[in-house]
Amino acid sequence: MRYLPKSDEERRQMLAEIGAASIDDLFSSIPAEYRLERDLNVPRQQAESEIVEYFRAAGQKNATDYSSFLGAGVYRHYRPVIIDALVQRGEFLTSYTPYQAEIAQGTLQAIFEFQTMIAELTGMDVANASMYDGSTGAAEAVMMAVRVTGRSKSVVARTVHPEYREVIATYAKHQGLPATLVGYDPETGRVDLKSLESAVSVETAAVLVQSPNFFGMIEDIPAIAGIAHAKGALLIVSIAESVSLGIVHPPVEADIVAMEAQSFGVALSYGGPFCGVIAAKEQFVRQMPGRLAGQTVDGEGNRGFVLTLATREQHIRREKATSNICTNQALVALMATIFLAVYGKEGMRELAGHNLAKADYAAKTLAAQPGAKLRFSGAPRFHEFVLQTDEAPATWSRRLLESKIVGGVDLSRWYPELHNCTLWCATEMVTQAQIETAAKVLAAQPVEA
Amino acid sequence: MTTSAKRFTAHPEGPHTLGKVRPHQTQNEALLFEKSSPGKRAYRLPPLDVPAVDIAKLLGPVYRENPGLLPELSEIEIIRHFTRLSTWNYAIDLGMYPLGSCTMKYNPRVNELVARIEGLAEAHPYRPESLAQGILEILDLLQRCLLDITGMDAITLQPAAGAHGEFTGILLTRAWHESQGNPRRKILIPDSAHGTNPATAAIVGYQVENLKSNADGGIDLEALARQVDSETAALMLTNPSTLGVFESQIHKIADVLHAKGSLLYMDGANMNALVGKVRPGDFGVDVMHLNLHKTFSTPHGGGGPGSGPVACKAFLEPFLPIPVLVRSENGPKDCPDAGDWEDTNAEPTADGCPPLFRAPAPRSEGERIGDPGALMLHPPGGALYWSYDRPKSVGRVRAFYGNTGMFIRALAYILANGPDGLRQTTEDAVLNANYVRKKLEDAYELPYKTASMHEVVFSDKRQAARGVKTGDLAKRLIDYGFHPYTVSFPLIVHGALMIEPTESESREELDLFIAAMHSIAREVEENPEIVKTAPHSTRISRLDEVQAARKPILRWKPAS
Repeated sequence: MRYLPKSDEERRQMLAEIGAASIDDLFSSIPAEYRLERDLNVPRQQAESEIVEYFRAAGQKNATDYSSFLGAGVYRHYRPVIIDALVQRGEFLTSYTPYQAEIAQGTLQAIFEFQTMIAELTGMDVANASMYDGSTGAAEAVMMAVRVTGRSKSVVARTVHPEYREVIATYAKHQGLPATLVGYDPETGRVDLKSLESAVSVETAAVLVQSPNFFGMIEDIPAIAGIAHAKGALLIVSIAESVSLGIVHPPVEADIVAMEAQSFGVALSYGGPFCGVIAAKEQFVRQMPGRLAGQTVDGEGNRGFVLTLATREQHIRREKATSNICTNQALVALMATIFLAVYGKEGMRELAGHNLAKADYAAKTLAAQPGAKLRFSGAPRFHEFVLQTDEAPATWSRRLLESKIVGGVDLSRWYPELHNCTLWCATEMVTQAQIETAAKVLAAQPVEA
Repeated sequence: MTTSAKRFTAHPEGPHTLGKVRPHQTQNEALLFEKSSPGKRAYRLPPLDVPAVDIAKLLGPVYRENPGLLPELSEIEIIRHFTRLSTWNYAIDLGMYPLGSCTMKYNPRVNELVARIEGLAEAHPYRPESLAQGILEILDLLQRCLLDITGMDAITLQPAAGAHGEFTGILLTRAWHESQGNPRRKILIPDSAHGTNPATAAIVGYQVENLKSNADGGIDLEALARQVDSETAALMLTNPSTLGVFESQIHKIADVLHAKGSLLYMDGANMNALVGKVRPGDFGVDVMHLNLHKTFSTPHGGGGPGSGPVACKAFLEPFLPIPVLVRSENGPKDCPDAGDWEDTNAEPTADGCPPLFRAPAPRSEGERIGDPGALMLHPPGGALYWSYDRPKSVGRVRAFYGNTGMFIRALAYILANGPDGLRQTTEDAVLNANYVRKKLEDAYELPYKTASMHEVVFSDKRQAARGVKTGDLAKRLIDYGFHPYTVSFPLIVHGALMIEPTESESREELDLFIAAMHSIAREVEENPEIVKTAPHSTRISRLDEVQAARKPILRWKPAS
């Protein structure tokens, strides 16, 4: 086996030195009746070339030459080449959690830089080293607000990603943390402020909204914060499209931001691994879940970084920890850090601006087709929009697929009231030609049988 | 922020380090923000091919004028920045990384290559299933492999890491008890367990009840029998234990639990000791998680990402998180998204399936299949799809389907090994741990004499008598060119040294490690100060953790 650095002769010698007659002597603590006496039923050992061929074939079975208008929490942005070049350095790729700070300063300094960038982008004071993803990060943010406020209830907007809401429900269910859903204004597609106001009470620990929300609309964060804070509740803002922060005002009125950083140079990869992160106001830092890197000095005054405030974490506090999280998404956070270094201050503005322009053009072009219109208006959007069509999405999406275009996601799956509505996304990766082709195919009437 | 030169010369290469390492220069590197200057850039966007928009006007009140203090740098500076940082890290690629419980094994490079194949890495999770059959086939094959490896009946790949897998497994446990009429109140957890176990039980709304280990560091059957009652939902057991010891009485443990209607949850962190030799499903485990980043070679990446699939017995299957991967029978009605196609007037293909939904043609046997009975790479049957119609499901634990990139890597590892390679891997891991144990028994205290599997736990009892603690020994190991072992865990061993070499170490590397540990033991006798003040060869010496926690500096700020 090519990964095992031993000859059979060396194995025999080592067994002899241990004083074991055979390798099975070392497994004698396993009761005989449970030992597996057959080969595992897995494919036979494959050559490296066969492995590459197997996955290439699988990749080809997935369509690769389609243009796509899919977003809905997962966004296709250009990934600068140096991201993969750098994260594949063995010193990053094959190192463990940086508990031994003296030989992990590379990882620790990069985490510190990540925390700083996320804090800057979100307008929060501090950010952690990462969470699994945006959905679990949002659930953990709710639990954090419960600890901070000593209250148990939360109010969640229906404009939060439906799968995020499902995850929050799973987490909340057994901790006695009831959640109330608040609907959206049918005109603007934003949180209905009146319903929100009546749902929030002095028992509310957290109000959770997403901005840009699941429909691509940017929520009125100052107004929502006012409603939450008036009752002493914390405001959690979930951000699924982090590139928006290049030109969209950060939710500085929030107490906690739960973000998905996939947009920062992370491949779509059929939904993961991605990079959640929690940022917050400084006074809440001791209730934060997850790892934190902090700056300190060594015995000679050199600046260095360590994992800190570990008394929040499971390996110290066990059942009283702020979270059970241990492994996080460190290497993906490193991708995001490199991405942000590449684009930097000006690049993030420019990139976000291109996204806004593409989506504006796509929205206008598609909505101009007969039988199509934009569903929500009257509030700013980023790069997603809801298109309502006379024709059923199931019908026109088939036409698009035949033209090698994946159109918007059918929203009726999660919002039965949004009949014939689809969620479209246009990032900088979408071309004008693709938008126009999509519009043309969308407009084409189905051929009568 | 320069590192003083004198530390490097204080302990140059010599007898202290046995010749494995010698100091070399590393580049100093400031923070990205400190290197930034306005106007530098490392990107160029293509010309905008749609009309430009007035951003401020479109966004109105939410327009952001100042995007924050992001750095402005050129590409070469970014490459050097992160490359310099990388040289400050220790890594498996540099040498032995014997962190007990962490299974720091070789991370094959072909895994990285195949995870980046365009059709896989660029797949959007909401693309139609018809356009994702390649990925779904990978997930299906991985699931079938993991089921045979664990001996379980059903599996979800959704959890993002080990602790997330624990959460999922205990959710299944709770859902099943609820279906029996009582969710029950408590979870039993041995005092040797990982901290994630009690933290997980708490999140699922259970009280944690501590189970004291017996004199061998294992489960005390009598204590267990006393503590298990009608309110015990499950025992969370790591097997082999965190001492690296297989619970020989595992079947009795399962019997005691099952007699009271309690379940046996297995933390699969130590599965690297079992693969191909024994299966949890055969010895009474009801539900367990795997760590693909431990046993199945996906990289730790400085702390993540991981992946924590959960496998269970058939009676827990209805409760698995949604969605569940299902293979349709051949035929048009079973095509995924069939509803989307019904009202179209497209020409159906011969078998009634739209072309993209047609099942892959099964390959001829023998072309891919080695051993008789081995799992087929390309099984016959219909298309794969996600099923959401699961009324008893515990719900979702994560958006989308899990850390797919890790599934690809783990499957590549399984394919590279095959049944014989997986078994040999386990045997080598156990061989290496026992070799280290045998060679270090004379120098370090072995608190539990029970047979070791893939890891061995010593204590610092002898060295502590000289004022040197396990943490000091660990830091001194760095000077010899090794990553430390796991320090002060498990908690049942005072001053623990938890050593897991994994199968990836050659005899030569093990011998160097053993020599280093012997040398350090001698130093404790002769010159304990050198150990207590280690490391001496790193860029920085021990950091002031108290200051870091007392007045946390968690982000860079410009000098005001």
